[in-house]
Amino acid sequence: MPFGGPKTQRRASKLLAPAPLWCYAVPLMAPPTKSTEIRDVSCPFCGLVCDDLVVTAAADRLAVGANGCRISEAAFARAAGEAQPRVNGKATPLDVAAKEAAKLLRGAHQPLFAGLGSDAAGARAAGRLAERCGGVLDHMNSAAALRNLFVLQDRGWMTTTMSEVRNRADLLVVAGTDIVSRFPRFFERCIANSETLFAKDRRCEVICLGPALPGGTKLSGPAPRVVACDVSRLHEALGVIRALLGGRPLQAKEAAGVPLAVWNEVTEKMRTARYGVLAWAVADFDFPHAELTVHALCDLIRDLNQTTRFSGFPLGGSEGDLTADAVGLWQTGFGSRTSLGRGTPEYDPYHLSTRGLLERGEADVLFWISSFDQTRTPPSTTIPTIVLGAAGMALKKEPAVFIPVGTPGVDHAGHLFRTDRVVAIPLRQLRRSGLPSVAEAIGAIEAAW
Amino acid sequence: MLLKLKGGTIYDPAHGLNGKVGDLWVRDGRIVAGPVPGERVDQEYDLTGRVVMAGAVDMHTHIGGGKLNIARAMLPEDHRRDLVSRTAITRASCGHAAPGTLAAGYRYATMGYTACFEPAILPVNARQAHLEMGDTPMVDKGGYAMLGSDDFLLRLLAAGEPQARINDYVAWTLQATRCLAIKVVNPGGISAFKFNQRKLDLDEKHSYYPITPRDVVRTLTRALDELGVPHPLHVHGCNLGVPGNADTTLATMGATEGHRIHLTHIQFHSYGTEGDRHFSSGAARVAEAIRSNPHVSCDVGQLMFGPTVTASGDTMAQYRNAPFGHPKKYTSMDIECDAGCGVVPFRYSDKNFVNALQWAVGLEIFLLVDDPWRVLLTTDHPNGAPFTSYPELIRLLMDRTFRNERLAQINADARALTTLGSIEREYSLFEIAILTRAGPARILGLSDHGHLGPGAVADVAVYRDDPDRQKMFTAPEYVFKGGELVARDGQVVKVTWGKYHAVAPSYDKGIERRLKEYFDRYMTMRMENFPISEDEMHAFGQGVDLVSHPCRT
Repeated sequence: MPFGGPKTQRRASKLLAPAPLWCYAVPLMAPPTKSTEIRDVSCPFCGLVCDDLVVTAAADRLAVGANGCRISEAAFARAAGEAQPRVNGKATPLDVAAKEAAKLLRGAHQPLFAGLGSDAAGARAAGRLAERCGGVLDHMNSAAALRNLFVLQDRGWMTTTMSEVRNRADLLVVAGTDIVSRFPRFFERCIANSETLFAKDRRCEVICLGPALPGGTKLSGPAPRVVACDVSRLHEALGVIRALLGGRPLQAKEAAGVPLAVWNEVTEKMRTARYGVLAWAVADFDFPHAELTVHALCDLIRDLNQTTRFSGFPLGGSEGDLTADAVGLWQTGFGSRTSLGRGTPEYDPYHLSTRGLLERGEADVLFWISSFDQTRTPPSTTIPTIVLGAAGMALKKEPAVFIPVGTPGVDHAGHLFRTDRVVAIPLRQLRRSGLPSVAEAIGAIEAAW
Repeated sequence: MLLKLKGGTIYDPAHGLNGKVGDLWVRDGRIVAGPVPGERVDQEYDLTGRVVMAGAVDMHTHIGGGKLNIARAMLPEDHRRDLVSRTAITRASCGHAAPGTLAAGYRYATMGYTACFEPAILPVNARQAHLEMGDTPMVDKGGYAMLGSDDFLLRLLAAGEPQARINDYVAWTLQATRCLAIKVVNPGGISAFKFNQRKLDLDEKHSYYPITPRDVVRTLTRALDELGVPHPLHVHGCNLGVPGNADTTLATMGATEGHRIHLTHIQFHSYGTEGDRHFSSGAARVAEAIRSNPHVSCDVGQLMFGPTVTASGDTMAQYRNAPFGHPKKYTSMDIECDAGCGVVPFRYSDKNFVNALQWAVGLEIFLLVDDPWRVLLTTDHPNGAPFTSYPELIRLLMDRTFRNERLAQINADARALTTLGSIEREYSLFEIAILTRAGPARILGLSDHGHLGPGAVADVAVYRDDPDRQKMFTAPEYVFKGGELVARDGQVVKVTWGKYHAVAPSYDKGIERRLKEYFDRYMTMRMENFPISEDEMHAFGQGVDLVSHPCRT
């Protein structure tokens, strides 16, 4: 086991005493008691983190009234689940469950903190707890997120943010995704608007490389041009576009199964855009070495910036993945796939994956956090499992400890980073469900240490 | 509890103490004049022969915010070269050029720093900046909110709105972002880059808005003075890094119509165009201009040799600089019609003509300006060098022999273009105390920091008087924060969390109607969710206080 550390290294530390619980509960607004309409609600259920929802609250049932989408409507309508923690299937109060969790973690040589679906306060708490037990941290979306992170580490990129897209983009190229399956309101919020800071009648052309947009997607310009191609062959096209842009001779007559003449037209559109945006969603790049495709997208963007302004728009941020990585990065220098087992942060994206560690038997306790989506359950394993799961989560196998937790932005206040990474949106508490936040549940475990 | 710090050699420029042997008394986290009759001393430290100063204040250091986190993401190899082990009381962290917030806090404290300020907070990114500073242990902190390339301001200027509207917007921004001061980076230039404009001189028109950077500097310096915000407009000027930009710097000093201005990392803005390579030192002209313009203050932004990373809001300059980076990586972001950021790693080498001359230019500025209250010590961490290089910089300023030895090693062509070798001046401890604590505290309006008089916070650094000033300033023997011993001989002995500092000037609420319309029509965040609440600041900062400093009205 290359990353195990002796238990003696992991003494309980004074620094790691739990912070006061009020630290985690940020009551930005008192939750309503009768039927009330709440405006400017932030939705934590996809990376857009829209903060303009109107939600009605009545007797602890919530309903999206305006500015929602199919994801938010379903998620907000979910009732607050059963609030009772369980130890080996038996109902227990929180402090008993916390004590059992603490006992399991104290006895672990290499605990794995996975899932990590939480807000900023939850990410801070998880990092602190993982350090206390010398564990590994890995977010459930890390395989996808690394397709972007590898490019940042290797080369960097040029990107833009939502308000810039909304106001400046006159060309949007969408690579390998339809966007709306994962981020339903993207076009509504960033492309369909005809009024911008600079124009009363904005026209944004859209080119889709790969899947088409769903019919009826509202835009502010002509219908999108769809260049159907297999996303796993996209890098061929990107190489051809770069060659055409740079006036380099080409022998190929096609790329990604599409004739050169089409790529010529796409190149010309990109070259003549005034503020072009190239969007992709790494969750949809599910093929080997997809980071090389992201690399190629970013290299093309750099080439385009020699003469015009063009920016990438990476779409991600669901299940708090950008938040977990941001917090880990600023505290220790590293996000997912990092071990604290030997006293310094050790980042190893190849060895320290959740699946790899579990398959090779290199983790002896699994600590799973998933507070947004009840369906993101822990991977199946025989090692003792502690789950901080969204209340109502149905688990195939009963874990050693189950602590139902609230959902940030519904059951408690918090903060979440948006897909464009630099905007942290405040989340509110909309109902009093009595569920602890992830940070509070971890605080209880630390108090029981 | 009464603490007695006995018999140290005190350097407290705010009170004119220049090596005066005396006692300091601390009660309830503050310096007091002495014990009350009958009061017992609970704890005593014998500081005989030690140099005692107030805790140092870094008034321009990139310790928190999105661009630094981008730098961290880009540089895992930098982190791996400098891992920080956990101890019984401190957490694991890392990093040399882009340290983790935990490592940054611990290291600042062990170096005797007790307050640090992030100088470039994009208003829309203020939550992240405060979260990161909230995860920076040991030091007091705060930030400066960036304006000047945000479309809201540029529209006000383009429409010829009255100064009162500008003032209202500036005040609203300070309150909404919980910041201490206002920063401008390449005024109008970050915006111009979004319009594919690749350069913007002080009197050059923005390609979309009919305004110039001079208009931005003039209105914002006036706004800060009229609002009575203690710190002047903090300006990263046009043409950073461009040969000949000393001219721009002098012109920028004149653009304020007499209002106060603080020119930051002025070293990067002090170049001439003489010589075969059309790159020379403009330090003498800039130093003379600082001397003769009392409304101007600056911090140097000294460059030191070695690997580092430049993380800046100046997207235009960073695009220009990207080809010179090492390793060859580059990130740029256009951000929320607010501003932007650019990150380029660099390896500054004494054998490189340009870097060697930049190093000399910074030192020339320090040594040619004879008012240490107005030329403060920074390396624009990490852009000029990581803050851990401050002790070496102090030695260069205090020890001419060491300085000349270093000078003899740099690129010969650069050496031929600098007057550094002929400058005899050596900074005294009194002057260093001004550069690193009394001056920064005063320029920020932190009336109870940077000095050791009664009423001051008991942030005290105690150094062994070592003739090797680098060794001396690397690890003070004792560091007290709020009267508690927090570091000793380079080790953290107690982890504490410092306060946030901000200002909250008042404004006419009418600006909020204008902003609401702007947000509703153009932005992708609700104005209602934009301002940061006090509860949020508590959550960001592990429960520490937010100190609100008064504005002079």
